[in-house]
Amino acid sequence: MSNSKDSVSRTVMVALVLCVVCSVIVSAAAVGLRDKQVANAINEKKMNILAAAGIEVVDGDLDTAFATITPKLVDMRTGQFSTNEDVATYDMRKAAKDPAKARALTGEQDIASIRKQSLYSTVYLVEGEQGIERIILPIHGYGLWSTLYGFIALEGDLNTVVGLGFYEHAETPGLGGEVDNPKWKALWPGKKVYAPGSDVPAIGLIKGNAPAGDLHKIDGLAGATLTSNGVTNLVKFWLGENGFATFLTKLKAGEA
Amino acid sequence: MSKTRDILLSPIFTNNPIALQILGVCSALAVTSSLSVTIVMCIALTVVTAFSNFFIALIRNQVPSSIRIIVQMIIIASLVIVVDQVLKAYAYEVSKQLSVFVGLIITNCIVMGRAEAFAMQNPPIPSFFDGIGNGLGYSVVLLFVATVRELTGSGSLFGYEILPLVTNGGWYYSNGLMLLPPSAFFVIGGFIWLLRNSKIDQVEPVEYKLASHTK
Repeated sequence: MSNSKDSVSRTVMVALVLCVVCSVIVSAAAVGLRDKQVANAINEKKMNILAAAGIEVVDGDLDTAFATITPKLVDMRTGQFSTNEDVATYDMRKAAKDPAKARALTGEQDIASIRKQSLYSTVYLVEGEQGIERIILPIHGYGLWSTLYGFIALEGDLNTVVGLGFYEHAETPGLGGEVDNPKWKALWPGKKVYAPGSDVPAIGLIKGNAPAGDLHKIDGLAGATLTSNGVTNLVKFWLGENGFATFLTKLKAGEA
Repeated sequence: MSKTRDILLSPIFTNNPIALQILGVCSALAVTSSLSVTIVMCIALTVVTAFSNFFIALIRNQVPSSIRIIVQMIIIASLVIVVDQVLKAYAYEVSKQLSVFVGLIITNCIVMGRAEAFAMQNPPIPSFFDGIGNGLGYSVVLLFVATVRELTGSGSLFGYEILPLVTNGGWYYSNGLMLLPPSAFFVIGGFIWLLRNSKIDQVEPVEYKLASHTK
């Protein structure tokens, strides 16, 4: 009995049957649940965009809330809208890894330490009767331990901040992780990105508390100098000349 | 009946996989900084242990001994993948926080240990309860650790604020160390100490003898 159980042919047989059965179960689960998982990922992105833009979701009805938002592609070289890629499927992170779809940044340009920047960026517009009401721009850059990914939303004047939020990072909980603290995020709305007549971002974090009434400075995160520097750098990068500054200037002039 | 009860309940305190056998400590460090994540991890591990025990016990007489570890691994890995897929579909937020740790249930010593030690010798139903029992034993320790860590580290439980934090205008200075994985060592150590205080038979005999200092 035990002899036949341990024979070579029996061993191969058991291994084969088991593998087939298990692979069918695993693939059934993966295929059967794929739609739901993809929908989750899309919903999550929508939630982040809506949160940055300060748009409230009523009764969890994401699609209605998101209907006011139009995604568009911006060519980072010219600062103009582009239709060269399909905006629905374009993935900035994937593109940044593809040498044909990204540009390398020199050390001097690369203050956010992202090394490669995708040629196109997906921006989200909230359009009302008087044109653009809000614009939501993707931002990312290196903090202390990790790359922080998030969105910054600007008013229709393309200068006043509506909100900022990070949806992915791995900074130290309690220190750099305080970028998620609602009280700190509440410091951003109303700040101005650019000083009048300038297209170099003046916005940024400073050590300690920002003076009351200051238009460009935000309190630094206590005990998280490097994360604070990282946030300043990435905001300055994405709103600077290698980021969206050209695009925002053209958009304001109606040339985008 | 009382045997089933014994199989189910003894791993919780008298034969706890973490506290007595010191198995499966890795994930106890990694996923215990917040209670809600911990609960999902506990459920996931209990389900995987119970069903892997069940299926392994079901085919235990067919498995050639030369490939039995591989057979166990295949069954465990398939179950873990299914659990991971289900979490991604129905508990997306939590699955993002658990990230790789669901996948790492495959290498969790408790699952393998119960498969090899219990399910290979026992029929499916007792094995199933043994899996649930050990999952519960694991859960008790994890929930204890998570409660301590979330309360002292973030001043909250299940994300609801219990101790108002200084950063939110309260009085409690959060203990950042408790949010980092090494703190779980201290908490697990404390749990084992508490447990062995009441169950003295779990205390291991000392393997050394103190030499006298002076003559």
